Amino acid sequence: MRVWKFGDDIDTDAIIPGRFLTIYDPAELAKHAFEGTRDEFAKGAREGDVVVAGSNFGCGSSREHAPLALLGAGIHVVVAKSFARIFYRNAVNTGLLPLVCPETDSIRDGDAVSVDIAAGFIEVNGRRFAVEPVPGFLKKIVDAGGLVTYAKNLDRVETCNTE
Amino acid sequence: MAATIAEKIFSMKCGRSVRAGDVVMAPVDAAMIHDITGPLAVRVFREMGGERVYDPERIIMLFDHQVPADSIPAAENHVFMRQFAEEQGIHNYDLLEGVCHQVVMEKGRAAPGEIIVGTDSHTCTYGAAGAFATGIGSTDMGFALKFGALYFRVPESILVEVEGAFGRRVGAKDLILSLAGDIGADGATYMALEFTGRAMREMSMAGRMTCANMAIEMGAKAGIVQPDAATWDYVTARRAIEPFDLAGDADAGYRERRRYDVTDLSPQVAVPHNVDNVVNVTDVAGTKVDQVFIGSCTNGRYEDLAEAAEVLGNADAFADGVRVIVIPASRTEYLKSLRAGLIERFVEAGALVEAPCCGPCMGGAFGLLAPGEVSLSTSNRNFRGRQGSAQASVYLSSPATAAASALYGEITDPREV
Repeated sequence: MRVWKFGDDIDTDAIIPGRFLTIYDPAELAKHAFEGTRDEFAKGAREGDVVVAGSNFGCGSSREHAPLALLGAGIHVVVAKSFARIFYRNAVNTGLLPLVCPETDSIRDGDAVSVDIAAGFIEVNGRRFAVEPVPGFLKKIVDAGGLVTYAKNLDRVETCNTE
Repeated sequence: MAATIAEKIFSMKCGRSVRAGDVVMAPVDAAMIHDITGPLAVRVFREMGGERVYDPERIIMLFDHQVPADSIPAAENHVFMRQFAEEQGIHNYDLLEGVCHQVVMEKGRAAPGEIIVGTDSHTCTYGAAGAFATGIGSTDMGFALKFGALYFRVPESILVEVEGAFGRRVGAKDLILSLAGDIGADGATYMALEFTGRAMREMSMAGRMTCANMAIEMGAKAGIVQPDAATWDYVTARRAIEPFDLAGDADAGYRERRRYDVTDLSPQVAVPHNVDNVVNVTDVAGTKVDQVFIGSCTNGRYEDLAEAAEVLGNADAFADGVRVIVIPASRTEYLKSLRAGLIERFVEAGALVEAPCCGPCMGGAFGLLAPGEVSLSTSNRNFRGRQGSAQASVYLSSPATAAASALYGEITDPREV
């Protein structure tokens, strides 16, 4: 499994341009992932590859097509120094795991990578990088496999309890 | 206990004191869905086992991104959403009324103290009405449609005090671009921006909407203008509601306090390809432009069009070789502009005036750019590929700067016209 390395401020228009937002199928969206900004991604990404980026990954639009396009391309984990708020939440909800890692600078495009979520690290070229887990209240959603599965089992919600 | 506006709103909704950092399942007062992100939200709602939405009266549906339908899939999405609205008893503004954020505001669907979610990142616009409004994805919306509530982490807030008085042809857009440049594209991530000060109180509701709209460009979850008499005048003219005080306490735990004086502020321009890449207009004056777009949820209101028309003055025509696209943000704003003679002036000068919609802003419909082309836009984002080719360039400015630039075919300081 390889690293697809990106820089800072990777926005949702780059991940999936606006003209493809009539598409909802992750596999179809994946054909246009990073179209125009990194054309080799859609053809080259393989099941289990990991996107590694700088700060503010996923800034911009609320379009959930962005995490879906990555999932469709076989990406299940994105590691970044920081994430934009809406993308982070959309990723958790759809089952794409966003992991925060302050030191992604030394990770290079094409590096071999493995992810150990339970132990809280990724291993790149034999070197371990600690990653921060998703916060507690979102962990329930991650553990359920996404917000849809989580919500399926609920008839109603209790409002205003603090988690 | 001293609190920010965001903390007060969540405390009011929850009936007890909550603070920044607390995570609460809060009820939502309204939920907005449109033609791009709505269909996915409806599919998710069904997947979650949803049969009836929690309250059709609190759901706002409209189409604005691909209007009128620009492809068969877009038309199919519209049909899908219309059927859902009919089945659930949701009032659908359809493609008649205009851009989502403008429509929510002008129909009085946002008010001080409310929590509003929308499947569009610029939902934060309703902070101009004193609401805590935030953009969410379609899966979160599926949940909100089913349960009428959503998890929120109550955000920390940055207090932005704006003092002084704007100079000639400088205004709200220049202020918010300048702030984006200072705070940075992720400088307010997970936070609320709370706007106060003399210059905010003197700003029209149109200007306040421009400011709240772009809070997301700094990563903020919400942008809230402290409600005042003008807020309540705007809201009570649109719905029956009793005014109340809603202000951040002087000794509240603000993460940061920033003070701006706009008196000497110059017109600002965001240069490609990031919104926080902001310079004074004089730094990029002379840059040739192929297309000028005046419109969007950021700057498509009557006041914006009037500002552009004032700069146009008695000029016969926009510069040769520049495509000028003008799109009022809503039917209401269109009619107001039409009756004031603004639309006639734009058409006379050679602009394409389109029916209310998002237009080129998201690059999903018409008005797209070819490789190598340059656009100056009054919208909110200049990301690479945002308005067409990834090899095109998008600059952002105020309507005054856009109009001045359309007159000369190059980025022009509106104070020089």
